[in-house]
Amino acid sequence: MTRQGAVFAGLAVLLLAAMTTALSAGRYAIAPGDVLTLASGWIGIGPGRAGVAEPVWRVVELVRVPRMLIGGFVGAGLALSGAILQGVFRNPLVDPHVIGVSSGAAFGGVLAILLGLGAAVLWSMAFAFGLFAVVLVIGLSRRAGQSSILMLVLSGVVVAALFAALVSLATYFADPNSTLPAIVFWLMGSFASATPERAWRMIPILTACAVPLLLMRFRINILSLGDEEARGLGLRVERTRWLALACVTGITAASVANSGIVGWVGLVVPHFARALVGPDHRVLLPAAALLGASYMLLVDTLARSVIAAEIPLGVLTAIIGAPVFMLLLRRSHGDESWRT
Amino acid sequence: MIAANALGFRHPGQSAWLFRDLDFHLERGQTLALLGRNGRGKTTLLKCLAGLLTPVEGTIARDGAVGYVPQAFASPFPYSVFDVVLMGRARHVGLFSTPTAEDRARAREAIAEIGLDAFADRRIDTLSGGERQLALIARALAAQAEILLLDEPASALDFRNQAKLLALLRTLSRERGLTILMTTHDPTHALEIADRAVLLHGGGHAEEGAVADMCAEDRLTALYGLEMRRLEFDAGGRSAAGILPHYGAGYPRL
Repeated sequence: MTRQGAVFAGLAVLLLAAMTTALSAGRYAIAPGDVLTLASGWIGIGPGRAGVAEPVWRVVELVRVPRMLIGGFVGAGLALSGAILQGVFRNPLVDPHVIGVSSGAAFGGVLAILLGLGAAVLWSMAFAFGLFAVVLVIGLSRRAGQSSILMLVLSGVVVAALFAALVSLATYFADPNSTLPAIVFWLMGSFASATPERAWRMIPILTACAVPLLLMRFRINILSLGDEEARGLGLRVERTRWLALACVTGITAASVANSGIVGWVGLVVPHFARALVGPDHRVLLPAAALLGASYMLLVDTLARSVIAAEIPLGVLTAIIGAPVFMLLLRRSHGDESWRT
Repeated sequence: MIAANALGFRHPGQSAWLFRDLDFHLERGQTLALLGRNGRGKTTLLKCLAGLLTPVEGTIARDGAVGYVPQAFASPFPYSVFDVVLMGRARHVGLFSTPTAEDRARAREAIAEIGLDAFADRRIDTLSGGERQLALIARALAAQAEILLLDEPASALDFRNQAKLLALLRTLSRERGLTILMTTHDPTHALEIADRAVLLHGGGHAEEGAVADMCAEDRLTALYGLEMRRLEFDAGGRSAAGILPHYGAGYPRL
């Protein structure tokens, strides 16, 4: 087996282990054997539900499976988005927050909570404002029909700052007894709201956005050469970049709408994946997606099992992500895996 | 074949032309050198010919794929030489596809043709400037370019590597029939491998002609604003020519 094959086999095993852990660990511990019995039942092998106690299959199928699916898909999507943006913007410090989509989505969600609207409206508003923020960024960055990477990043920073201010304003007006805590906890991120219905809403959106990104992985290599070289190689740079940004926007907006702002995954996981398989996006993108899913599942399992209350996900991803990122950077320093 | 007809360019919002009324016609297998001081539009002209910039006036005709070879590889990612050359196949790979076995074979052929076999799996950032330049030329060959546009291909190379590069370009034009256009700061390079030359004097004034005429002492002296001398010498029985600036004749005022 090639080194690459071995890495992917390892990532697949890691993901399976993370999935099993996500289904069995928690405040209501379930034996991995029971999880296995249930899982084989889904594909028609063995007794399935009949082989385990009723609370066990109810917890697994109604609570943990939806949560595992959403967590895994969001983790994979954010890591994939981060890897794409780092390639397209040729910048190692870029993650899905940079194009303004997270801040826009956060404001949409906060506004919905402030106005006392229901969960479905919150989801739609967060998604809509996320898209709106990106449209704003694109509008600002275009000059004479062209838009440079620098203008895109600058516009992203400006729009993100604007929506961050609006979030602060909304928080300031929130009722400290009811809506304020709701806003704060939503912003910190969690998969606690996972239900089978939500999973069925999220998975098609995330898949529809992730599949084109994975398919255009060779084009991302070309885009990472910079506009002029890519154009010189015959690429329609702007069209390709907008397509990639549109897909990333869909993934990020859906993720924030569902589970608040979960930072660091889109920044750290691509770096880790690059250290494993190298910079070629043809292998980097699938590796980042697999690793992102495993990472998110493990972090979420930690978040809901370490203490009696759930630790907000965004807090945990930052506490783990920041030092890991620092280590990665220090290790790769002599290696110059980024020639900036 | 590549031909320019009454080509003119000035930057948006500026009244001064970089070059204007520029005509030339290059046949298959011919080489053209672009000479001129910094900022006089050499790279701009090359980019117009590559289709990366739209000329303000005039037209360009080409009958073959163009391969643009930038001055340096600028990606921050340490791709392998093979991956870099494979990217030359971009035109032949669909939006949602990845390179096929044929694409990989073409990339390997191009690497072999340039003589970079031993470096195929090396990271491009570990290569010397000369080897990197060769990898970029291999990438243009993998793209099946028939017209090569090179932006100062020799500027970062030592004398020996310059000689290797010039020999490679000569082989590509004579044996493969590639049409080659290159910008250079060294008129000797033009004399060595080019058939024709374009002098960009600035202020919209450009001239084109056979390389021997264009590299005449008085023309180059006017071009660079510095006394230029052409030296003929005997190099092992073969007569060679070099062009040198006479720095001491009076440094330009700062």
